[in-house]
Amino acid sequence: MKQFSKLISAIEITNKTNAKIDALVEYFRTAPEKDKLWLIALFTGKRPSRPVKTALMKQWCMEITELPEWLFLESYSTVGDLGETIALLLPNPTHHIDITLSEWMTELKQLKPKSDEEKKEFVLQAWSGLNQQERLIFNKLIGGSFRIGVSKKTLVNALAKLTGIDANQLMHSIIGSWEVDKISFEDLILGKHINYDNSKPYPFCLAYALEKDITELGEPNDWIVEQKWDGIRGQIVKRNDEIFIWSRGEELVTQQFPELVEAMSNFQDDFVIDGEILAIKDSAVLLFNDLQKRLNRKNVTKKLLEEVPIGFYAYDLLEYNGEDIRNKPFSERRQVLELLFGLVSLPSHIKLSHLVQFKQWEELYAIRENSRSVNSEGLMLKQKASPYHTGRKKGDWWKWKVDPLTIDAVMIYAQKGSGRRSSKYTDYTFAVKKDDALVTVAKAYSGLTDKEITEISKWVNKNAIEKFGPVRTVKPELVFEIAFEGIALSNRHKSGVALRFPRIARWRKDKPVDEIDTIESVKELITAF
Amino acid sequence: MLEENQLLKFTKKGIYCPQGKFYLDPWYPVDYAIISHGHADHARLGMKRYLCTNDSKAILQHRLGADINIQSIPYNEVLKINDVSVSFHPAGHVIGSAQIRLEYKGYVVVFSGDYKTQPDFISTPFEPIKCHTFITESTFGLPIYNWKTEEELQTELQSWVKTNQANNRTSVFFGYSLGKAQRLMSLLDGCDDIYVHRAIHNLNNAISGSGIDLPKSKLWSADLDKKELQNKIIIAPPALLGSRMLKRVPNAATALCSGWMQIRGNKRWQAVDAGFVVSDHADWNGLISAVKATEAERVYVTHGSQATFSKYLNEIGIEAYELKTEYGDEALAQAEKETEKIETE
Repeated sequence: MKQFSKLISAIEITNKTNAKIDALVEYFRTAPEKDKLWLIALFTGKRPSRPVKTALMKQWCMEITELPEWLFLESYSTVGDLGETIALLLPNPTHHIDITLSEWMTELKQLKPKSDEEKKEFVLQAWSGLNQQERLIFNKLIGGSFRIGVSKKTLVNALAKLTGIDANQLMHSIIGSWEVDKISFEDLILGKHINYDNSKPYPFCLAYALEKDITELGEPNDWIVEQKWDGIRGQIVKRNDEIFIWSRGEELVTQQFPELVEAMSNFQDDFVIDGEILAIKDSAVLLFNDLQKRLNRKNVTKKLLEEVPIGFYAYDLLEYNGEDIRNKPFSERRQVLELLFGLVSLPSHIKLSHLVQFKQWEELYAIRENSRSVNSEGLMLKQKASPYHTGRKKGDWWKWKVDPLTIDAVMIYAQKGSGRRSSKYTDYTFAVKKDDALVTVAKAYSGLTDKEITEISKWVNKNAIEKFGPVRTVKPELVFEIAFEGIALSNRHKSGVALRFPRIARWRKDKPVDEIDTIESVKELITAF
Repeated sequence: MLEENQLLKFTKKGIYCPQGKFYLDPWYPVDYAIISHGHADHARLGMKRYLCTNDSKAILQHRLGADINIQSIPYNEVLKINDVSVSFHPAGHVIGSAQIRLEYKGYVVVFSGDYKTQPDFISTPFEPIKCHTFITESTFGLPIYNWKTEEELQTELQSWVKTNQANNRTSVFFGYSLGKAQRLMSLLDGCDDIYVHRAIHNLNNAISGSGIDLPKSKLWSADLDKKELQNKIIIAPPALLGSRMLKRVPNAATALCSGWMQIRGNKRWQAVDAGFVVSDHADWNGLISAVKATEAERVYVTHGSQATFSKYLNEIGIEAYELKTEYGDEALAQAEKETEKIETE
């Protein structure tokens, strides 16, 4: 595991994607065949199920260290990660076990059906034979997630750098269906188990934020205007009876949205469509908040399918029956898209993106202002003659978002993410009034200057009430204007509302606490928009 | 809570000894201050008189002004102040750092200041002192904090420098100018040329001037030729992180050196290339062994994890209380910056 441990250290120590890629390439160049496959499996979520419960691991660690539970928990709250806490608390190793990653994985697989006593013996043996970093990795291999800043995209880019194979093809290969024991590394990356010709997506065409007055865009008649839906931009690729869904992050997300796959199989034709993946219920677009419940799930349950049904609004057609039509004008592509959608009957939540009808630019102001009422982020303006560009290009497409909503709230907690050296409190929790008390409405991190953060940190030090754990409860005195993109009712939040993208707009030193918003005034924003 | 014969009163200005009429590391100006070590949260401006160890004297004069009224004595030498016997004992924290021992009518109190139990290559090693009352710091008072030996650290840091050199990169270490900087110099000595920021350079001169040997280093000044720095070692105060001066370093690989680096999250949060667990404070086992070695009847826990550590001490049968002070990492970070007036351009 030395090699794998070295890789993890190298990845963790840097925040530069290129350095991570280099470390991965180095690993792929030198690691044993099976280890490479396991690495890909682990980093893409193809992990075997957890053989040992976390509660047991915690218990064993407390037994070994003879620490009281409260002190274990205090340590855990400082570290923020159970596997890491255990790795740090355990005494120094007494010997060194040096077996490969794949050997560990095999042993862990065999551990699953065994008794708790046998598991304990195995885990304790491993703990006493691994150094701190290896122990952490071992704990991660057992369960939990390998969140160390390597996305599928980074992994794929490393493989692309190593092999020269197209990154999207590699994405398809590693996401595709394969098993560590049944494929060679070479066959996997060459994509022997997939047919990339069928899944290949196009680079997305992206828009810049509108930076001039809308009336300066020229003839209104040269433009097509749509809502800027707030979901996940996606390409649906259908070729030779296979369907693939790519997210804008160039990840294959096909399995996450079975209802889209099912609906698209109604078509006879082959195509590549660009559009927005949205949560849609009773013909209304739900908030991004709701859509999030459907993302990155290993299994989509029936209950979830009913609760948050997924729909798709089609924006553009890039390929039609094998022909790349991206260089045709947008108006023409849209026409073909309309024809295509006319051919089959589709469920109501899968449809063409609605075009905003207007004659004068001025008419759009009111429509844009009203965007929030349909859960859209604003408007998209596209030149009728525009090709489907590769990437971001100025001039042909513009996004015109609505201004954020704001409330005034008071800071009640401050956190500095456990004893970091810079000693600044940077993460804050805010509350509004609810009757005579306060209720939490948002957490926000960004938006203040370093100088303000320093000033607030000093204030927090003097005004902290709570002393256990990494969070400081402070006197409710500092008022901030919080900006956010959307608001929704939520059962998961104590206040009953969830804000989307909350951030600090400014520190309202001028505002006394009794003038902050109430939960009622906050909730009015839901009905108002 | 504290009886008169126990020698200490906890006041707004700091820890006061009424029998001796002096304060220990006070945070507001007083007539007579006994200083454990030179860090800015312990040695502050504005005292009418200072008393410290011989090894701290030059540091205090350098930082607080040559004109301060200061007296110094060697470690272990007893000075009678109004019937209270005062002596300094090595704390192993930074050069010149001391625990302060007070004895009055057979009753002994030891104020630890900041301390580190593990020996390093540069400060006088910590010596536990038996006492009735012990006042301990608790910066790293959680069992997750356990340090490597100095030899292991040396290997780790030097191999990082070598890897950087192989990749044509200049190694930049960040650490406070008093303590961490000299410690890093000792850990990296012989590896390659060490350049230090002016704040460190000036302090080093003051320390060397008082007759203490330091590893060799050169001044890192803004007008230095880039080629000269290439692949070498630079040590700078943390205030330099993200500064313009740092941007001029050719192909810099940056590393933070602090006990907080023990936790992965803290490493990632900082925009540096590496984080090394190098601390001037006692780790968990260090704190516990130090407290036990004093055989104190009563322990006061100051800055850091005082709530956690005092609760734990009580659970293992040692009577302990929290003591609120103005020392600690946050105060230090701020005070160090103000004391040094560090240039970052």
